[in-house]
Amino acid sequence: MSSLTGYSAAVPVSQAPVAAAEPLISFEDVSVRYRVPRERILSFKDYAIRWIKRKIVYDDVWALRDVSLEVRRGEVFGIIGPNGAGKSTFLKLIARIMRPTSGRVRVDGRVNPLLELGAGFDHELTGRENVFLNGAMLGYRSADLAARFERIVEFAGLAEFIDMPLRTYSSGMVARLGFALATDVTPDILIVDEVLAVGDAEFQKKSRERMESFKRHGQAILLVSHDMTMVRDMCARAAWLDHGRLRAVGPAQDVVLQYEETVR
Amino acid sequence: MMGEFSELLRYRDLLRLLIGKIIKTRYKRSALGVVWALLNPLLTMAVMTIAFSALFRGAVTNYPLYILSGLICWNFFSQTTAYAMHSLVWGGSLLRRVYVPRTIFAVASVGHGLVNFTLTMLPLLVIIAVMGHAFHATWWFVPIAVLLLALFALGVALFMSTLAVFFVDVLDLYQVFLQAWFFLTPVMYPESILPAEYAWILRFNPMHYLLELFRAPILHGSLPAAGTILAACAWTFGALAAGWFTLARKADEFAYRL
Repeated sequence: MSSLTGYSAAVPVSQAPVAAAEPLISFEDVSVRYRVPRERILSFKDYAIRWIKRKIVYDDVWALRDVSLEVRRGEVFGIIGPNGAGKSTFLKLIARIMRPTSGRVRVDGRVNPLLELGAGFDHELTGRENVFLNGAMLGYRSADLAARFERIVEFAGLAEFIDMPLRTYSSGMVARLGFALATDVTPDILIVDEVLAVGDAEFQKKSRERMESFKRHGQAILLVSHDMTMVRDMCARAAWLDHGRLRAVGPAQDVVLQYEETVR
Repeated sequence: MMGEFSELLRYRDLLRLLIGKIIKTRYKRSALGVVWALLNPLLTMAVMTIAFSALFRGAVTNYPLYILSGLICWNFFSQTTAYAMHSLVWGGSLLRRVYVPRTIFAVASVGHGLVNFTLTMLPLLVIIAVMGHAFHATWWFVPIAVLLLALFALGVALFMSTLAVFFVDVLDLYQVFLQAWFFLTPVMYPESILPAEYAWILRFNPMHYLLELFRAPILHGSLPAAGTILAACAWTFGALAAGWFTLARKADEFAYRL
């Protein structure tokens, strides 16, 4: 992995190699508060006028409230809950896109977000150029990517299209390229957000196999899904979030069962 | 602050690719792309010279060169800062999905601006040669002047792009502000035409100092006065610190706002 491992601390992140028993991710009393202005202020002019009148009223929205949990190595961890439960905020904290308002988030190792596959792709550039650009956004050096390029393209099954602009790709092809890139360099933590539905049956099989092998190699996978069967099948443990609070955490079977009881 | 700097260093490949991407998409549209970038300041120079040279005859010795040198610097500054604002708002969708250093878009804009700046030095050299203007030994100071200008632009870009994340109308307001600033800066007119009672205004205009830093070694073959250099440095590092600090403080809120 050489230059690929770890990243420096923005969220307090430890760089030390951890033993298998130690958690890869730990949340301690984590809360995230969004301050939403009661009226949406989009322009500087509005802001200035309201500021002079002292009329900016904020509502506090707690996206996460006192959440504490741990995710260990080699674990496929499910996150379930209704829309607006705080699942996305939870993932954003792990991916370093956001910092908690209070509490402490510790993430050991490299995180690859699969939030939306190919989010950083530029459709005017070719597949090849996008692999390098997007890989660099994930924090990889160009030299590393060059060494892995052949394998990424082969896994995506896009060898003959790789020098064509991305706008000529189908959405399935874009997603395949995104998945192949994000999972080629084994991350310590992989975030999978409703994306395994991409591609044809064969590609789905390949991507499931790859996730299985991650599990064997001690990486953690976070799976966010509304598909309860998938969570039950793939995850060892799961957390149920509701209105920012942690309703239950434990063996996936049990948590899914509890959740489904309230939904019915 | 240093943390962000080391993050930038770690993501230097991304920086290089982003700059390449901006250049490619900008010049791919038209075959004349690069030619336009070179021609534009030359044409403006020609128009200005025809329009104003009679007016400022006594005040400036080499009016076309005076204009061109000013325009190159001004265009660099205005385009870089405006582009940085646009690209952060554009890159915003990215910042909500993956972690990249937040300063990277502004730094990439300045990097791209510097590539452009180097290109537009070409017409300047041509004009110098055509007009038979001497190449002074003081040219060694030019890179320093450009570096200070670039750092100043980076500071303003960081500050303005942070503001643009929170308020969309800042993009438009800034264009109006730039227009006013342009006319308050001696780009196309010589300083000496300002009435004495208004001359103090220039003291509060950082671009005035930065232009002087660039022009003195090229036009007059002299180094800028120590006071001018000091003032330019003060403005530059002040702006850089303010921009960097603002962005670092507000960056955590980006994911909430973009």
